[in-house]
Amino acid sequence: MRKGVIRPGHVQIRVLDITEALAHYRDLLGLIEVETDSQGRVYLKGWTEVDKFSVVLREADVPGMDFMGYKVLNSDVLGQLEEDLKAYGCEVEEIPAGELNGCGRRIRFAAPTGHQFELYAEKEQTGKWGLSKVNPEAWPRDLKGMKATRFDHCLLYGPNVEATYELFRDVLGFDLAEQVIDPEGNRAAAFLTASMKAHDVAFIECPEPGKFHHASFFLETWEDVLRAADLISMTDTSIDIGPTRHGLTHGKTIYFFDPSGNRNEVFCGGDYHYPDHEPVTWKAEDLGKAIFYHDRVLNERFLTVLT
Amino acid sequence: MTATDHRIQVKNREAEFHCPADKTLLVGMEQQLTKALDVGCRGGGCGVCKIRVLSGEYERKRMSRAHISEQEEKDGLALACRIFPRSDLCIEAIPALEISGHDCETDKKNEC
Repeated sequence: MRKGVIRPGHVQIRVLDITEALAHYRDLLGLIEVETDSQGRVYLKGWTEVDKFSVVLREADVPGMDFMGYKVLNSDVLGQLEEDLKAYGCEVEEIPAGELNGCGRRIRFAAPTGHQFELYAEKEQTGKWGLSKVNPEAWPRDLKGMKATRFDHCLLYGPNVEATYELFRDVLGFDLAEQVIDPEGNRAAAFLTASMKAHDVAFIECPEPGKFHHASFFLETWEDVLRAADLISMTDTSIDIGPTRHGLTHGKTIYFFDPSGNRNEVFCGGDYHYPDHEPVTWKAEDLGKAIFYHDRVLNERFLTVLT
Repeated sequence: MTATDHRIQVKNREAEFHCPADKTLLVGMEQQLTKALDVGCRGGGCGVCKIRVLSGEYERKRMSRAHISEQEEKDGLALACRIFPRSDLCIEAIPALEISGHDCETDKKNEC
């Protein structure tokens, strides 16, 4: 049952070199550079996003994900979810308004997989980039690179996927849209949604906690994914796999890496999920096809290359 | 082979390849279809291309401290995707399964 979490709001990604990272996320992915804060963190967004920012880059000596944030309906819901998280046994940290420029107070907690998540109710809304609020044109004409439209989801690796699924389901009101079940009946992967999308976050079981598999950005068409692949070659960017299709979610995809080794995805299409839908199930024995629908073979990198 | 190419010997894989000075060891290796080292993110983040440099000069870009500690960096450990050869190099691959708890001293005898 939905609990007032409405959508992914932001991800903070650690990078080894902020200048190289900005060139990657701005000039190759085509995210809009918003501003740099007093800590040197760089804020970006996809051009269709109404919020001021959705991606924050922070220079650090270990790449990976600092946290992922979700927007909730309003401050009453935020207060209720804060209480619910505490009652569930989560340690909750309050981050004051303004710690991220333009973002209201945030409630941070750790999932059993070892990842940090946040909830917030307020963030400055600057509107879709380059379009007027009334009579908006189809798209702004001066976009760069892949012209990524929005930050969509993250795939995260860690232990205790089942306990994390229960937390997201029971406290935050996420639905299980898709899953991977092993022969013993254990859930090896959980794709969770707070919306109609096939995933607003996904988890895959892995012994090491807090690992970052990828941050994903949405494109409209398969032609856009192929064009992204061309740009990856033109810029000699580190490729992982694709363009191809996933079995899970059926999204059409390409994986590549930022200059610090964090994996990115751009994708289009994919399944939808209503709250009355049964979860879509893939068998762990068919994981190759579940992950890479055309090759039907898992590459070692998908399971082991993480930040 | 051009004047700026350097010869890279991978001792424990009985392999070698040539790498230009403006490419990282890993990219140089991939361009010659050699599979002496495992390829991961190519950005210094994931640690799968961890090596020990046994001899030779190189320049390095920043590498994830989760995989190369300050001490390891001083001891000549590196990620092949982040170092550029400045002379011929002799290296050894450190397979992913051995990365945790690897004993640096046991391999010192493996001199070039």
